[in-house]
Amino acid sequence: MAVEPPVESPRTLAEAFELMATEPPARPIAGGTDVMVQLAGEIGEPPERLVDLWRVDGLRGISLEPRALSIGALTTYTQLRRSALVAEVAPALVEAAATIGAAQIQNRGTVGGNLGNASPAGDTLPVLLALDAEVVAGSARGERSIPIGSFFAGYRRTALTPDELILRVRIPIVPGREARFRKVGTRRAQAISKVVLAVAWRADGSAAGAGGAGGGSWRGVRVALGSVAPTPIRASAAEAVLEGASPTPETADRAAEALAAQISPIDDVRSTAGYRRLVAARVLHRLIRDAGAW
Amino acid sequence: MNVRFLVNGEPVELDVPGMRRLLDVLREDLGLSGTKEGCGEGECGACSVILDSAVVDACLVPICQVDGHTVRTVEGLAPAAARGRTRHGAEVGSLDDLQQAFLETGGAQCGICTPGMLMAARAYLDDGGAADEEAIRTAIAGNLCRCTGYTKIVEAIARVANPGSMGDRG
Repeated sequence: MAVEPPVESPRTLAEAFELMATEPPARPIAGGTDVMVQLAGEIGEPPERLVDLWRVDGLRGISLEPRALSIGALTTYTQLRRSALVAEVAPALVEAAATIGAAQIQNRGTVGGNLGNASPAGDTLPVLLALDAEVVAGSARGERSIPIGSFFAGYRRTALTPDELILRVRIPIVPGREARFRKVGTRRAQAISKVVLAVAWRADGSAAGAGGAGGGSWRGVRVALGSVAPTPIRASAAEAVLEGASPTPETADRAAEALAAQISPIDDVRSTAGYRRLVAARVLHRLIRDAGAW
Repeated sequence: MNVRFLVNGEPVELDVPGMRRLLDVLREDLGLSGTKEGCGEGECGACSVILDSAVVDACLVPICQVDGHTVRTVEGLAPAAARGRTRHGAEVGSLDDLQQAFLETGGAQCGICTPGMLMAARAYLDDGGAADEEAIRTAIAGNLCRCTGYTKIVEAIARVANPGSMGDRG
């Protein structure tokens, strides 16, 4: 039987904050798709105590703010897939949610959990990076907003303090922004990524057709990857090549080359460094080709 | 902690550690061994049960999150009227349409994946799932079977979704 540390189940955010601020430090649990696996597999030191967030309704809900989409930390992948708001503002996030596990995992796994677990292979994380999301964290001391670019502090480490909880993630609404997502795994369902990539941009210029296709130049380019570094990362070299450029074959070649040169993936049980480097570059190349419609 | 919930329509009340897996509560504390443990880490789907209306892996659900909710296991599939009066379970010979279809198509072979496969399929059908091969394959993508090659399972589910599609390959 798995390890069964003590757990408390608060109903309100205030209670949850109080429990998180109590010693010894507590590990929060949401849908359990990571925590339960770590407990069962005796991966790492088991937490001394857990705080079960599942009943804290203050962490639920998807809503539109004046300039951002707000997604509660307890939003499951199934809820993301079924949300008309998310489909409108961040369709790439819907695509990412659909590639995670299968029905059983999508019914339980949450956006807040994906962020808090901070696995380099977390499939929503490159999308959130590409969309310039902000993580809103809270504690008894108050709320603060953490740009996603500074949220991942290291391998499976975040910028959260031990008493903080992820409350919601905010995705700014940017008119004209396009985003694409691609995941490469052993199979379509139930696979942890070998490489996961998200690209976002705004297309300038009259040549831009429906869906941003065509030769308009790209602005505000973001290229984000998972499973190629200790944390989800932005590929700044590829972004620099793409910024202000049009999605031409030459641009795609140069961007793919810059990406391959910048990332340092590793060999592990799921894939090899060489394969990851090749595939990441290839996937980026293809996304640019699809956007350029050539 | 004290937890109360419904299993296959019957109320249960237990005093168990809050982090105990729903899987262990079902099998060990309630004696409902129809739900199987395969991998114990959410990869294989053998322990699939329906929590409220959603299929979940019982190995990944701590019991504290089940308090006040409704669980359906393979023992609860057969219609209550056709069941014997064992405390939670059904007697052999009283199958529901999905179980019957698995039997007739050869969708159940060694049997270890069958309870989980049935619950994933039941959740799909209860949600209005159609006799569409792609959609059915997606619905059971979280359930591994090493015997059937899935074709017969897909066929069984399609047969219940749409009785008119029996001649199809699934």
